[in-house]
Amino acid sequence: MTRAICFTIAVVSLCTCGADWLRFRGLDGAGASSGTPPVKWSKSKDVTWSIDTPGRGVSSPVIVDGRVILTANEGVKQNRLLVVAYSEKTGELLWRREFWATGRTATHPTSAVAAPSPASDGERIYAFYSSNDLICLDLDGNLQWYRGLAHDYPKAGNDVGMAASPLVVDNTVVVQIENQGDSFAASLDKRTGETKWRVKRPAMANWSSPIAMPSSDRKKYTVLLQSGTGLTAHDPQTGAQVWEYKQPCQTVSSASTAPGLVYLPSNGLTVLSVPDDSNSPEIVWESNRVNPNPASPVIGDDRVYALSRAGVVTCADRSNGDILWQQRLRGTFWATPVLANGHLYAVNQDGRVFVVDARSKTKAKIAFDFETGEGILASPAVAGDSLYIRSATKLWKISSN
Amino acid sequence: MHRRPVLLCGIAYVIYACVICQTSYAADLAIELATLRSIGPKGAGHVKAIAAWKKVAESDASHLPTVLAGMDDAGILASNWIRSAAETIADRERKAGKDLPTDKLDAFVRDTSHSPRARRLAFELLAQVDTTARARIIPALSKDSSLELRRDAIAMAVNNAKQLANDGKSAASGAYQAAFLNARDVDQIKDIAKSLKELGVSVDLPAHFGFVMNWQLIGPFDNKDKGGFDVPYAPENEIKLNEEYLGVKGKVKWLAHTTKDDFGIVDINKAVGKHMGAVCYAYNEFDSATARDCEIRIGSANGSKVWLNGKLITANHVYHTGQEIDQYRGSARLRKGKNQILVKVCQNEQTDNWAQKWEFQLRVCDKLGTAILDTGRALPKAAFRPVRDESKTVGR
Repeated sequence: MTRAICFTIAVVSLCTCGADWLRFRGLDGAGASSGTPPVKWSKSKDVTWSIDTPGRGVSSPVIVDGRVILTANEGVKQNRLLVVAYSEKTGELLWRREFWATGRTATHPTSAVAAPSPASDGERIYAFYSSNDLICLDLDGNLQWYRGLAHDYPKAGNDVGMAASPLVVDNTVVVQIENQGDSFAASLDKRTGETKWRVKRPAMANWSSPIAMPSSDRKKYTVLLQSGTGLTAHDPQTGAQVWEYKQPCQTVSSASTAPGLVYLPSNGLTVLSVPDDSNSPEIVWESNRVNPNPASPVIGDDRVYALSRAGVVTCADRSNGDILWQQRLRGTFWATPVLANGHLYAVNQDGRVFVVDARSKTKAKIAFDFETGEGILASPAVAGDSLYIRSATKLWKISSN
Repeated sequence: MHRRPVLLCGIAYVIYACVICQTSYAADLAIELATLRSIGPKGAGHVKAIAAWKKVAESDASHLPTVLAGMDDAGILASNWIRSAAETIADRERKAGKDLPTDKLDAFVRDTSHSPRARRLAFELLAQVDTTARARIIPALSKDSSLELRRDAIAMAVNNAKQLANDGKSAASGAYQAAFLNARDVDQIKDIAKSLKELGVSVDLPAHFGFVMNWQLIGPFDNKDKGGFDVPYAPENEIKLNEEYLGVKGKVKWLAHTTKDDFGIVDINKAVGKHMGAVCYAYNEFDSATARDCEIRIGSANGSKVWLNGKLITANHVYHTGQEIDQYRGSARLRKGKNQILVKVCQNEQTDNWAQKWEFQLRVCDKLGTAILDTGRALPKAAFRPVRDESKTVGR
């Protein structure tokens, strides 16, 4: 009996964990999910809910403990920062919190102050904005702490807009604030918001997000910071640089990782191997035919997927970079697609969703496409059997029924 | 027979206890709010503030005005912590079916001794539960020190003017003009100016903003590899408008230039010539009626520095990330009489089409964006023009 209860609790825990999407590009930041969203749907039947969202925003939603968390910004000067929580089941608004931006709020018209996606550790939400304000709330919307990083470093900012999403790793929140002014990356204690470390970064515009590379046993992580001049790896506790890869990298798309491996948008795609006991990355393969930009690479079991701005999906063998197939979609793409249920979910900037059947090793096909009716720049999220899409003014939940 | 005194004593005790309790709670709340107000930059004071925030957020709705008043004299970081506590209280109480203290919130909004941010939040909390609040409070706030409250008042005044115009009433022009005088947001100013133009009324947009239009320009000096930003070329050491200096392509001298752009944009490519990797200086003698605090605000897609009377006001070594009015701001103090404004505008060597701009726009105004005009500035003889003295602002 007791063992049965324990088993049930364990299964429920696993299901709950699997049902969450805690950051930009998912749990491992690889753009893949074990969830099972539908591969076809109709507006009337499978759209569980779609709701109007406040203000502006191109950040992705995160899904945590039955809540869908979204960031947005409002106001004539775009200086109102919003964090809103909706019921995952019904789309009902659970709470909404507003703050005054302390940093610069100018952005390119197509972007927004709410461009970085929030992150969660399952207990708290870390909402970050182009103004370099970092807000920590609990899941019920209670403020835990608030940092104005541009208030602390007034020359930090980019009037085109900043977009790097925060990373939660080892009890810290890492933010990457790279620009022509005060350019740095910092780690804050996730419980108090106090600075643990701060490192200077190249004084040039950069929108790629920090990512953690796990060790082979997934017990240790290394923080990776990508910029136009290269990739640096840092100890999450001290910020000390542990290795560097000095080659130009993309400044919009971000690297993806697997234990001891980095899939780096550099020279197309460069795969680096960094064993646990090594401080010198070695190139496994590189290919300019696999070129994720501005979307980030998506990592499947044995494959890597790269989506180009022009809408060409390239699928390559993870081990050697051999091209397995290519599939052309329609439109211009900014958002990173999501891999789930054997399919890639890609959204173009005009708001069309493409579901690409990616199960075959030799060819792909467009299984379904869906018109939302308005632009999409945010990457989709997947939790459990549901797909979440943020379009210009709406948030959609699409589920298997 | 002895019951009544006992009962009275009991009631008195309860009242006394309540008063003590309330007084004690108010004192505790004041301490917690002071802790939040003492939050410093770079995470200073966070550990104490986290505990204080929880206590403040546990307050009931009757304490909302006290919590909001905690923002008075608070910086923007502390204001965000306090704002969040006030929102949490209001949210919780509303969900519990309890009333917010609407009369006190109404009074708080109208009390201009409170911080503009706190008053705006008080209005928003009030408006969530009182649908009459906007019409009752906002129209009187067209000169308010809270630019958000003022904006709403201007929007209502513009709607009123539109209605008058649609009805063919001659009063429309006056209504628009009143709105124009008090408007401080760029989009509202542009919209009202357009409506006035349609009614045959011209306005002096540069004077309304306080853009400086007359400049002396000199350049190009060297900015190869962006290396000129921190090089103090001759104009940083002396202002002698009749002198010639050695520039990057030979001798250069000061050129008088007047921009005719409605938003004060000085196109250096046209005025001085197109140069890449170059520095241009702009100089203006600004005559102020009084000694007073001001803001100097510059917009430029190029690296820029601004000095007032030899003191550096703002420096931004940023290239081609967009340009907008009031992009960079610096606080300063004008002397009575002649003041020297010096601007350094640096162009880099990017070859992209979108990186060829070499220009700036600069205005002098107060902290709310109300123009401060040079006493010698000639205003146009139009049917309507901005007044030279700033409109009286209400509030902190």
